Amino acid sequence: MFEQWKDFKLGDWAKEINVRDFIQKNYTPYEGDDSFLAGPTERSTKLWDKVSELMEKEREKGVLDAETKIPSSITSHGPGYVDKDLEQIVGLQTDKPLKRGIMPFGGIRMVKKALTSYGYELDPTTAEIFDNYRKTHNDGVFDVYTPDMRKARHSAIITGLPDAYGRGRIIGDYRRVALYGIDYLIEEKQEEKRLLEMDYIASPVIRQREEISEQIHSLQELKEMAASYGCDISKPAANAKEAIQWTYFGYLGAIKEQDGAAMSLGRVSTFLDIYIERDLKAGVLTEEEAQELMDHFIIKLRMVRFLRTPEYNDLFSGDPTWVTESIGGMGLDGRTLVTKNSYRMLHTLNNLGPAPEPNLTVLWSQRLPENFKKFCAKISIDTSSIQYENDDLMRTYYGDDYGIACCVSAMRIGKQMQFFGARANLAKALLYAINGGKDEISGDQVGPKFAPITSEYLDYDEVMGRFDQVLDWLSHLYINTLNIIHYMHDKYAYEKLQMALHDKDILRTSACGIAGLSVVADSLSAIKYSKVKVLRNEQGLAVDYEIEGEYPAFGNNDDRVDKIAEHIVTTFMNKLRKHKTYRDSIPTLSVLTITSNVVYGKKTGNTPDGRKAGEPFAPGANPMHGRDKKGAIASMASVAKLPYQHAEDGISYTFSIVPDALGKSEDEKAKNLVGMLDGYFNDEGHHINVNVFNRETLLDAMDHPEKYPQLTIRVSGYAVNFIKLTREQQLDVINRTFHDRF
Amino acid sequence: MTIKGRIHSMESCGTVDGPGIRFIVFTQGCPLRCQYCHNPDTWKMNDGTEITVDELIDEIVKYKSYMKFSGGGVTVSGGEPLLQPQFIKELFRRCQENGIHTALDTSGYVKLDIAKEVLEYTDLVLLDIKSYDPKVFQELTGVSNEPTLRLAQYLNTIHKPVWIRYVLVPHLTDDPALVEGLANFLKDFTNIKRIEVLPFHKMGEYKWKELGYEYKLWDTPTPTEKQVEEAVSIFEKYNLPVEGGKVKK
Repeated sequence: MFEQWKDFKLGDWAKEINVRDFIQKNYTPYEGDDSFLAGPTERSTKLWDKVSELMEKEREKGVLDAETKIPSSITSHGPGYVDKDLEQIVGLQTDKPLKRGIMPFGGIRMVKKALTSYGYELDPTTAEIFDNYRKTHNDGVFDVYTPDMRKARHSAIITGLPDAYGRGRIIGDYRRVALYGIDYLIEEKQEEKRLLEMDYIASPVIRQREEISEQIHSLQELKEMAASYGCDISKPAANAKEAIQWTYFGYLGAIKEQDGAAMSLGRVSTFLDIYIERDLKAGVLTEEEAQELMDHFIIKLRMVRFLRTPEYNDLFSGDPTWVTESIGGMGLDGRTLVTKNSYRMLHTLNNLGPAPEPNLTVLWSQRLPENFKKFCAKISIDTSSIQYENDDLMRTYYGDDYGIACCVSAMRIGKQMQFFGARANLAKALLYAINGGKDEISGDQVGPKFAPITSEYLDYDEVMGRFDQVLDWLSHLYINTLNIIHYMHDKYAYEKLQMALHDKDILRTSACGIAGLSVVADSLSAIKYSKVKVLRNEQGLAVDYEIEGEYPAFGNNDDRVDKIAEHIVTTFMNKLRKHKTYRDSIPTLSVLTITSNVVYGKKTGNTPDGRKAGEPFAPGANPMHGRDKKGAIASMASVAKLPYQHAEDGISYTFSIVPDALGKSEDEKAKNLVGMLDGYFNDEGHHINVNVFNRETLLDAMDHPEKYPQLTIRVSGYAVNFIKLTREQQLDVINRTFHDRF
Repeated sequence: MTIKGRIHSMESCGTVDGPGIRFIVFTQGCPLRCQYCHNPDTWKMNDGTEITVDELIDEIVKYKSYMKFSGGGVTVSGGEPLLQPQFIKELFRRCQENGIHTALDTSGYVKLDIAKEVLEYTDLVLLDIKSYDPKVFQELTGVSNEPTLRLAQYLNTIHKPVWIRYVLVPHLTDDPALVEGLANFLKDFTNIKRIEVLPFHKMGEYKWKELGYEYKLWDTPTPTEKQVEEAVSIFEKYNLPVEGGKVKK
């Protein structure tokens, strides 16, 4: 036993790695209210002011500073500080705050392009190494892609694929660093490697032995990096400050090594509460100090940066990093996992003001303490910075120590990872069904060649028949594409530190996704319940549609169309399930677009629901803008019907409501929001982003961004600084349905 | 027998017409012609759509979770719901059968005997008393306030929970003496759960224009927050549980 574990209740966790067991044996559930919370210390305010100033400069320039020579690794850059005297939690990705590192192992082209677009140039020696001697993930993928895959990618029926940068959506169990210290973790990994001394060493074993060696190496590097900040993390953390610092070092190592699309934190609040409680009881820490540590930790998480190309920013606007932290939820034994530190974590939004990162995610259960529910609702109303996900639903799949990667992807921490697969454009797939596999914009034969529909009016059964064929082709192509991407990512850009903070044998999923669900559902509803006339160009390509009569639209709690949406999700998922996947991963599906709904829309022609070519899709599982006419709850109810068992990677819904539509007094507003969330999750809704503000505020922020440096808005699975969105995306947000009737 | 009614519209997320999250049914048809009405499109008896109680109940029960968790329910507003007493009575009966809280938003302009039947199945009444002063009431609405006041008294007799609503319109209903009159009338009632002072707003103005009606309040300003506070303080003086609404510009 380590001396650092003094006063902890021992258990299995003290014999082998088992963070959940440690939490269960030692945490203190909290059912009280927020009155214990402390405001920011002078030091916190000063530090945040300094960082805000840097962020302001960054906004003007696009990128504050960038590395041009040394590829980023855990130990590549020496210690960096904002202000050494103020910072209670230390560690930066590079040697200077907000200076972006380069991560060429995912793809050198991306690095060059990103640097050039911000006025930098890659050092010629570094360029030469990666051009001539060191192959990247991106090179590997393009060596192997089939012509079909290239075409599908080019026509944007499958896009957003992580084939040129880090795949992300892997959560290292960063808590292990604090609980066990690096030396113990290395010993355990060495033992795992010994277990792989087999009679017949086949390629999967060879791969795993190599991976574990890499993992051990990364743990050694992590120790070295921490030492450069004067911290010895070879042993467990001895107090709250160390626990937060050690956990952050684990995470920092990951983001120095990887620029994955989403680099999520996991579920650390309640874990850290155990250390804080111990120190509070021992009288060596005050509430003000505890909050200060959390505030400083959060400041660091708000500073996470990756170097991205402008194209990437078009897809995922506003510099998101998805430092997702999952808060609350219930334990399997019926005790709430809410602790005082769940409050402190959310309270950073009060102390430091609203912010899009970290991506604070409340795991909602009907049985959460009422005080906590109300506190969350109040913060949502004040800051629009929280997303909510259904713990009662997910707990049955993942137990009570899972976290959310990125936006909506649940995974058991340290025991599960996913192969991130972006998304397939189902609206385009529907158009391919009508056009015999030809792209409606280019006229190219992208899908399999089969007879196009030639009738003047679309027939539901005929369209569904063809659509089914297109989905067969698409699901097959999609899985194969992901197989290639993840094979190469493992080979050339393996996440050695993040995987060092996982068990030896883990569950892998192939996380597919769909975009344009409400466009497809409404299109099929229009074909079924009204008359849709096809307009064709000279080449006979269907390019536009005329709708005669009205049709029920998704988002009005109308089963006629909601069932169509459910059917599409189930059908596509079942098709994905038929294919063989890389590393025997389990296929899953998300209904999530992030902000890419804008770009997908841009690349998709007119659709039979009346949506015009180029117009954005609705984000995630949202109903199309303005078509949900029966009020906020009807809209939520439609989304809640989508089957989570066929979309286990998450169903994202973004909800915007004006404050007055929530009720009259502040108290009533919070109470009604709690009721809405309880109702939505009781009806098995999976995820909801809650935005509470008036359209006028956003319009004013478009014209006067300087007045709104911290205005935060939830988009689809994440939050952004509104003023960092492109104008197009700002308009998309403003044009969305704002529920404003009352 | 399937009872049918005429409705103007439905809203799945009402939060200001009764407690919690409410499914709101706006009925079609109203005998009043209030000068500040923001739903003049519900006036005519023959507009709107016909719907059966069965159809409406099927729709309402879809939202039971939201009502349950927020302490909400169904509110029937209008128009004037009590113009269709059989329909509302049956609707409310079926709601209560399903464990759903029922609220009736009414002007009270109805024969008491007709209202009584509906009230059997009503959990909460939102009673709009446009003015205690008969002349002002007549000018504002085109009808007498006698039925409304009689209903108010009856509701007190049967201990039916009530929210009283009073729309504060500058130059029309904001005279302290008028507010005082109403407060004095209500001071001994034991069934009043809440009095809401609702500041006049112009959000329905465009509808008047669209419908070709002559809107008389073009030049009437919305009340100031101070005016609302003053009205609130008068009710408070009589120990009534009053709340002032937010002024919308």
